[in-house]
Amino acid sequence: MRRALRWLMAVCVVVATSTAAYAADPRAIDLRPLVQALGSGGYSGTEKALTQLSEAGDPAAVPVIEALQAGDLYVRKADGSVVVARKAGDAFTLTDPLTRAALGDAPAAAVEKIRINNSLRRAISASLGALTLMSPDAGVRRSAADAVFKSRDASALETLSAAIAKEQDKGVRAAMEQARAAILLTGEAASKMTDAEIQSATDTLTARGDRDALVLLNMVAGSGASDITKKSAAAAVSTLEQKLAFWAALQNLWYGLSLGSVLLLAAIGLAVTFGVMGVINMAHGEMVMIGAYTTFLVQEFFRAHAPGLFDLSILVALPAAFIVSGGVGIVIERSVIRWLYGRPLETLLATWGLSLALQQAVRSIFGPTNREVGAPSWMSGAFELGGLTITYGRLWIVVFAFAVFAALLVALKRTWFGLSIRAVTQNRPMANAMGIRTARVDALTFGLGSGIAGLAGVALSQIDNVSPNLGQGYILDSFMVVVFGGVGNLWGTLVGALTLGTMNKFLEPYAGAVLGKILVLIFIILFIQRRPRGLFALKGRAVEA
Amino acid sequence: MLLRFFLMGLDRKAGIVLTILAFLAVAVPVLTLWVPADSPFHLSVFTVSLLGKYLCFALLALALDLVWGYCGILSLGHAAFFALGGYAMGMYLMRQIGPRGVYGNPVLPDFMVFLNWKELPWYWLGFDHFWFAALMVLVVPGALAFAFGWFAFRSRVTGVYLSIITQALTFALLLAFFRNDMGFGGNNGLTDFKDILGYDIQADTTRVVLFVATVAALALSYMIASGVIGSKLGKVLVALRDAESRVRFMGYDTESYKLFAWTLSACMAGVAGALYVPQVGIINPSEFAPASSIEAVIWVAVGGRGTLAGAILGAVLVNMGKSYFTGALPELWLFALGGLFVAVTLFLPKGLLGLGAQLKAKLPGRKASPLPNAQTANQATGQTAGQKGA
Repeated sequence: MRRALRWLMAVCVVVATSTAAYAADPRAIDLRPLVQALGSGGYSGTEKALTQLSEAGDPAAVPVIEALQAGDLYVRKADGSVVVARKAGDAFTLTDPLTRAALGDAPAAAVEKIRINNSLRRAISASLGALTLMSPDAGVRRSAADAVFKSRDASALETLSAAIAKEQDKGVRAAMEQARAAILLTGEAASKMTDAEIQSATDTLTARGDRDALVLLNMVAGSGASDITKKSAAAAVSTLEQKLAFWAALQNLWYGLSLGSVLLLAAIGLAVTFGVMGVINMAHGEMVMIGAYTTFLVQEFFRAHAPGLFDLSILVALPAAFIVSGGVGIVIERSVIRWLYGRPLETLLATWGLSLALQQAVRSIFGPTNREVGAPSWMSGAFELGGLTITYGRLWIVVFAFAVFAALLVALKRTWFGLSIRAVTQNRPMANAMGIRTARVDALTFGLGSGIAGLAGVALSQIDNVSPNLGQGYILDSFMVVVFGGVGNLWGTLVGALTLGTMNKFLEPYAGAVLGKILVLIFIILFIQRRPRGLFALKGRAVEA
Repeated sequence: MLLRFFLMGLDRKAGIVLTILAFLAVAVPVLTLWVPADSPFHLSVFTVSLLGKYLCFALLALALDLVWGYCGILSLGHAAFFALGGYAMGMYLMRQIGPRGVYGNPVLPDFMVFLNWKELPWYWLGFDHFWFAALMVLVVPGALAFAFGWFAFRSRVTGVYLSIITQALTFALLLAFFRNDMGFGGNNGLTDFKDILGYDIQADTTRVVLFVATVAALALSYMIASGVIGSKLGKVLVALRDAESRVRFMGYDTESYKLFAWTLSACMAGVAGALYVPQVGIINPSEFAPASSIEAVIWVAVGGRGTLAGAILGAVLVNMGKSYFTGALPELWLFALGGLFVAVTLFLPKGLLGLGAQLKAKLPGRKASPLPNAQTANQATGQTAGQKGA
């Protein structure tokens, strides 16, 4: 309680100080008189006003100073006000320098240019650099530094050095130092630098470690710079290339993990119905599709009745999809599949027929077009981790896939229901004799597998088009995963999904997406020849029934 | 010797099938070409092409029945062999266009000119000769099936696993043929055919001749299939369908038997595809779609698995239904097809041809007969779930 109070007080203090800071914000200073002063007092008057403007530190002054630099700033003779004028035919089009409001046209004789000399030019670029590089807003400073890095404008060097000396924010200072290194290495200054300075500049660029830095270093290595600079740059290029290759490999690994977890989600329900029960459910993809449409309906409900709680809709959709898909699964098991146990090829045909009918049913109800399923705010966006870009949506799907896998494993190994499933799988008559209602276990197991497919549908609705054909795209892949991993083994499914996902993503950069997929399929066909029962085959008498 | 082989398989059922086919081969040309157009008995060329298409599918179904019905191999990739045969024929027909294409290039087909290809890829060489294309119609699907089967049967990949890797095979081919740089026209496929063996492919007589050729191919394939099944080899096939391990233990080289039936079946499917292409005028990668292979399985199942004649009947009936539904009630077609899959597997395990026997067995004594395929399936699953059926 006490701690909570202290927290509350701390929060109050922070809020209060930030409000105070806002009140003292230099932006509150009215720029108008300063801008007005630019137009009077000749060169010295302009310079004085310029200094005051840049000291005010308001980014709003930047366009005005840029106009001054470009020679677009004029004084209107009629009232002596400072305006931005651009030549349009014989006349000038006038705009207000601060608000950019149009002030109409004026003949050339009605305005007088504010002239600038060399000393003023220097002052202008210094104050422009200072305004952006020393802006109180860290984001502005950072983008100014990035802009300098890209332009490599040698005139910014002085301001940049001054800004670096003052900079407190680590990240911004790094960006500024990189910008300075870029100017030093590519500019004329490079020839006058000592070896140590060159080395430190290339090190700074290497530390930046992205493609821009690589391009820059490559440019330096290939340019007419001194040998020592070139050598240093070439060494930096090779380090950087190695580093980038490492991150690229890691990014591929992440994509592979991401694809693998999607495959895992789609296949894991199949691992239950196919692996544990021996039922080939070709309508499995449609269970996924039903899960995705359930998500759509839940979201529609939230949109209509509680738009504020939209972020929670996915959490509601999860149990809903599990129940709907699981329910459909149980109905299918009771009405069709139970007559076909022991005839897997016939089950395959019957469930294929069901999948066609379910697709058409959904198409008739919801229409053939894609349905819009939104992402909750906590699933959108991305963050950077070293050289990796990771989107939250994908991250959550990976987490979710593993969570579902773990939950299923626990359910099968640690619960009474799981025990019954395993008992019926291993020895049906004996399980029956022990009082397990095998028919009910069958129905519930099939419902479980279908329900998990529904959960997969919720996740896939976030990354794929929600259309009646959604399931079709996953059914073959799911079967490949289960067969590759070994039927009847959940761990095999996990390993199979991740292996196939990673393999696919590592082949893609070399072979292209389609050829990569073909290669994976051929690999599976050949793999099945070597190990006809998959990666983790069941051993013993169960194999040859 | 050869005659004896053909005659051996002929029973009453075969007689009926061959009589019907012979009737079609005579009646259709007469009704199309010589009966005046205003007569109620006149058949339009459109109908002839449609019938020809059905019979091509019937040939595919026959090929599938040979391996599924008599050998226990449920192929979910037979459309791949069908499409490969079709592509071989399509390549010949493309070469026959010559300089009449849109771009007027005497050597390169239009799509290659469009893709800026400079010369014909090596695998297109020879396809300007009909005999070469006709050979390839048999060789390409046959060789693929042989290689695939050689590996798969030797590694004893059976049942569901085999079915799934045949799906992988046809899916991989689908993706491959979609690629433009494969040199098979990408997703547009091969089309715009002009003539075949020097005759205009659109002409009425050519269409009728193609139809008769299809009937002949179907009849010949039927005789070959029933000859194989009637022979001692056929008995081994049926035996290994029902209990492969036992046949192997008795000293038979089961892989070779399966491989023979499998390759023969693929060649038949290739011929079906080759006859299909000139009659519909296009071949594109969608023929490789996994779904079309599965659809072919249902034709066999509807007519009656392991009856040969049933496969033909099923293919024609289902495709007639498809033509009707997709025209009149497109919304309902997938419901009908889906329902057909479920109903046939649940209520007609022996298909339409087995319906009589099924009723006879059920009606008098009300004795529940064991499901006919339970034995096979148990053996194929490799799973203990089979115990429930027992």
